[in-house]
Amino acid sequence: MALPWLSRSLSGLLMETASLNCQRNFSVSAVAAAIQKMTRVRVVDNSSLGNTPYHRPPRVIHVYTKNGVGKVGDRVLLAIKGQKKKALIVGHKMPGERMAPRFDSNNVVLIEDNGNPTGTRIKVPVPTHLRKLEGDYSKVLAIANSFV
Amino acid sequence: MAACTKRLDRFIISLRLLRNLQLQNERFLSTSPCLRVAGNDSESPKFVPPSKPVIVDKTQTVASLRKFLSPEFIPPRQRTDPLKFSIERKDMIRRRKVLNIPEFYVGSILAVIMADPNASGKSNSFIGICIQRGGKGLGATFVLRNIINNQGVEICYELYNPRIQKIEVLKLEKRLDDNLMYLRDALPEYSTVDPEMKPVPFSPTGEVPVNKIKVRMRPKPWSKRWERPKFNIQGIRFDLSLTPEQMEHAQKWAQPWLEYDMLKEYDTSKLEEQIFKEVQQEMSK
Repeated sequence: MALPWLSRSLSGLLMETASLNCQRNFSVSAVAAAIQKMTRVRVVDNSSLGNTPYHRPPRVIHVYTKNGVGKVGDRVLLAIKGQKKKALIVGHKMPGERMAPRFDSNNVVLIEDNGNPTGTRIKVPVPTHLRKLEGDYSKVLAIANSFV
Repeated sequence: MAACTKRLDRFIISLRLLRNLQLQNERFLSTSPCLRVAGNDSESPKFVPPSKPVIVDKTQTVASLRKFLSPEFIPPRQRTDPLKFSIERKDMIRRRKVLNIPEFYVGSILAVIMADPNASGKSNSFIGICIQRGGKGLGATFVLRNIINNQGVEICYELYNPRIQKIEVLKLEKRLDDNLMYLRDALPEYSTVDPEMKPVPFSPTGEVPVNKIKVRMRPKPWSKRWERPKFNIQGIRFDLSLTPEQMEHAQKWAQPWLEYDMLKEYDTSKLEEQIFKEVQQEMSK
């Protein structure tokens, strides 16, 4: 199951094959950054596509903004389980506005082309300023359990 | 002088009159009602005064009697005009008269209620442990961290932002460090705060309790190399995550000459006293 330790899961897989002294062959940067191409994200809804385990974590392959940087409320294209799927960013590790929440993982909700969510529930808290996008993503907000 | 003596005479005369009046009244009043009743009853009931109603005003928190000056009042060592800082302090005190900003330290558990146009009921509450206090003057901030539904959330609040409706200290305590950013790499149990926590009573006098907890960390890599001496962290159990060789290797980045650097000295004690007096005076007006 996708856990908050997703960013370490890659290195964790390698660690089991490598020696016990936790030496890895590449650097896993835990830099707090917004979401761009090739970021590994965590799918937080209860859709089957997001929650079934796969040997590769879901990665962003395109960000639908003018610059390639995705913040909360932006659409991205993910590569999950060998297929392309659109998703909505609901939280990132990068500190943003002063009074807005910052999450410990880059959270993403799977979405169809028309904006309807794939899953039926979002357990993870979601920032309240997503409500501004009431028209487009009202269904996503409807399935969110808690707001921060 | 003559006027004073006249007033004194009048005062003494009035006192005597009052005394006479009292004596006259007492003659008509019986001073022993109990004795009369005693004739009817076998026991003499002693006069028990009714218990005074204890009025506890729970709406107002007890103001701290500790000598505490919030760190954002102390101006940084800069080449700006002190007038700028004094004007800023005036604005900060004006805001503090409207909103009670209590005394708190890094490591205390706070509850903040903020006005949010996008939230239901227009206000948004968040409870968390304070991991950092930054900024000076009106831009002072504090970061609260909590773990909700297995998701770590941090919010950086501005102390003097008008959107803040209430700041409440649920548990006042200090920690071994000024900056608890390492809680991001610690096990989640150290950052979880119960969202329905009741305020823990603390005394307004006396020392603030120091929580000497040493936190266990997740396996490396961490977001920062907390073992390095520049962070000077006391509150992590390094022996569980690092070997003594790694600890020694981290000491290579030590800068032992820094504590003797006289240009980096900034003695704020006199400034603090001055500002503390100023703030106390303005707040009591």
